[in-house]
Amino acid sequence: MDADQAGGMNEARIVTDELTKNYGERTAVDAVSLRVEQGEVYGFLGPNGAGKTTTLRMVLGLVRPTSGTVEILGSSPGDPAVLRRVGSLVEEPGFYPYLSGRDNLRVLAHYNGLGNQQVEDVLEQVELRSRGSERFKTYSLGMKQRLGVAAALLGDPQLLILDEPTNGLDPAGMADMRALIRRVAEFGRTVLLSSHLLGEVQQICDRVGVISDGRLLEEGTVADLRGASAIRVVASPVEAAEQVVEQLFGPDAIARQQDGSLQLDVDADRPAEITAALVHAGVEVREIRPVERTLEEVFLEMTGTAKEPMEVTS
Amino acid sequence: MIASARAEALRLAKWPVTWLLAGVWLVLNLSFAYLFTYLSFRSAVSDGDDRLAASLLSQVSMEQLPSTLVQGMPMFGGAIVLIFAALATGSGYGWSTWKTVFTNGPARLTAFSGTLTAIAGFVAALVLSTLALDIAASAGIHLLESEPVEWPAVTDLAQGTGAGLLILGMYAAFGAALGVLTRSPALSVGLGLVWALVIENLLRGVAELLGPVEAVTDVLPGTAAGSLAGALGAAGETAGGAPSAGGTPGVLAILDGGPATALLLCYAAAFMVLTAVLVRRRDV
Repeated sequence: MDADQAGGMNEARIVTDELTKNYGERTAVDAVSLRVEQGEVYGFLGPNGAGKTTTLRMVLGLVRPTSGTVEILGSSPGDPAVLRRVGSLVEEPGFYPYLSGRDNLRVLAHYNGLGNQQVEDVLEQVELRSRGSERFKTYSLGMKQRLGVAAALLGDPQLLILDEPTNGLDPAGMADMRALIRRVAEFGRTVLLSSHLLGEVQQICDRVGVISDGRLLEEGTVADLRGASAIRVVASPVEAAEQVVEQLFGPDAIARQQDGSLQLDVDADRPAEITAALVHAGVEVREIRPVERTLEEVFLEMTGTAKEPMEVTS
Repeated sequence: MIASARAEALRLAKWPVTWLLAGVWLVLNLSFAYLFTYLSFRSAVSDGDDRLAASLLSQVSMEQLPSTLVQGMPMFGGAIVLIFAALATGSGYGWSTWKTVFTNGPARLTAFSGTLTAIAGFVAALVLSTLALDIAASAGIHLLESEPVEWPAVTDLAQGTGAGLLILGMYAAFGAALGVLTRSPALSVGLGLVWALVIENLLRGVAELLGPVEAVTDVLPGTAAGSLAGALGAAGETAGGAPSAGGTPGVLAILDGGPATALLLCYAAAFMVLTAVLVRRRDV
């Protein structure tokens, strides 16, 4: 493994700068500048039609950008030396329907001078070895997706680019696919995962880039995007409760909600301390729990519209 | 490129379409070149028409093998190879397999040169299989009829085989280019067949009435393929402008062997360059 392949932490694996793609009058991707660091699982989040797939196609060299640049593993998109170190599944898995899953992978292995053992290894990783001899066209959607991931894993790539890998899967298939992604993300692999499922991104990803209408709205960790946590308190009498928490945290940290509850902008790990103080003051505590904004709330806030609501399936 | 050619050879060898089209061609060739001629021969013998019988037997003789080998190629063999190549390249767009291949390591041109090499391998195997089958059929008929088997000159045989490779190779390059150009197996096959079986013939019909059109039709791909077969002695549909009985559709006597060969090489090269430019430059 050379130094470049090993890559240090915080070394960017993908950098796009003002990446833009126009189709006639329509701008599919509008000046997207994103950065995927070494070893992270990066969630590329956005509703259907937001420009995720077009961006990924440009990153992989399948589509030429109208303007802007892409740097992938320190080189330009489509460079064969780079593509050998990248595994990808973009949109639906593309395989020969008349070949078995195993033979499909063998064809791809031949392209890269890889042996049959590597084919067996990736079939094992995606739990398709026992069904590897069946024709691709007889596979279920979940099996097709898993074969797509197997193809992406051929050659043990440093960087995986997976475009909506859980699309169309049933809940069990989705859970399996996420577990698979988490497994393959181990050992320092960098993963760029696009999804329109907020729950999925929240579960799997270290950092998130939110895209809508072709524009990258925000980039950061899931925690950053969701913002600070708070504690919700429902207590009676509420005035007495307000007094107690004011003494603890000051008036600026407390907001009385319309439903009569109190929202405290304090660390989410302090409910026990607050409960003790309230009980000590003779206040009846009915509910106390940390509250966090969901990624969905964040997303809707960012886009300022709910015209195409994101799915919150987890 | 060798790795890409191996990969493509694997997927084409396991493709039922490959075997179906090869089988169709071999059966057609055997039927029209030997079986029907032999049945006609038997019928002539039964009728006591010795002259016709001798003529028919000579058509399936080994000496005629170089021209018999190529006589069906300008139209039927070419059409079948065109279908194969168009499906081999065009289907990859519908199945999204080009996307998978182009994101999997080899450079686009390397991957596609692997495809063209594998298609060329198919064409070579098809021509050699046809040759072997024709030799077996001719020898079989002569042995059956207790007639001496006279082998053709090796140079004639090599010339026939080379012409077959060139004719089918040009049509394969044509089909591959159409598959890439249209990005659709159905459209590429449809357009290719309409061109090869209909449009060129119609244009040649028009050329008989309009002189300037003739200058164009004389250099069309089908004209070059048909003329090369004709130059090897295959009997065409027409002789001196008049219909010729027993001639093979697609075989022509418009160009000499040399210019026909040069034109076929130019067309094959042009189709491959077109394919390469499209593959390299277009979005997938």
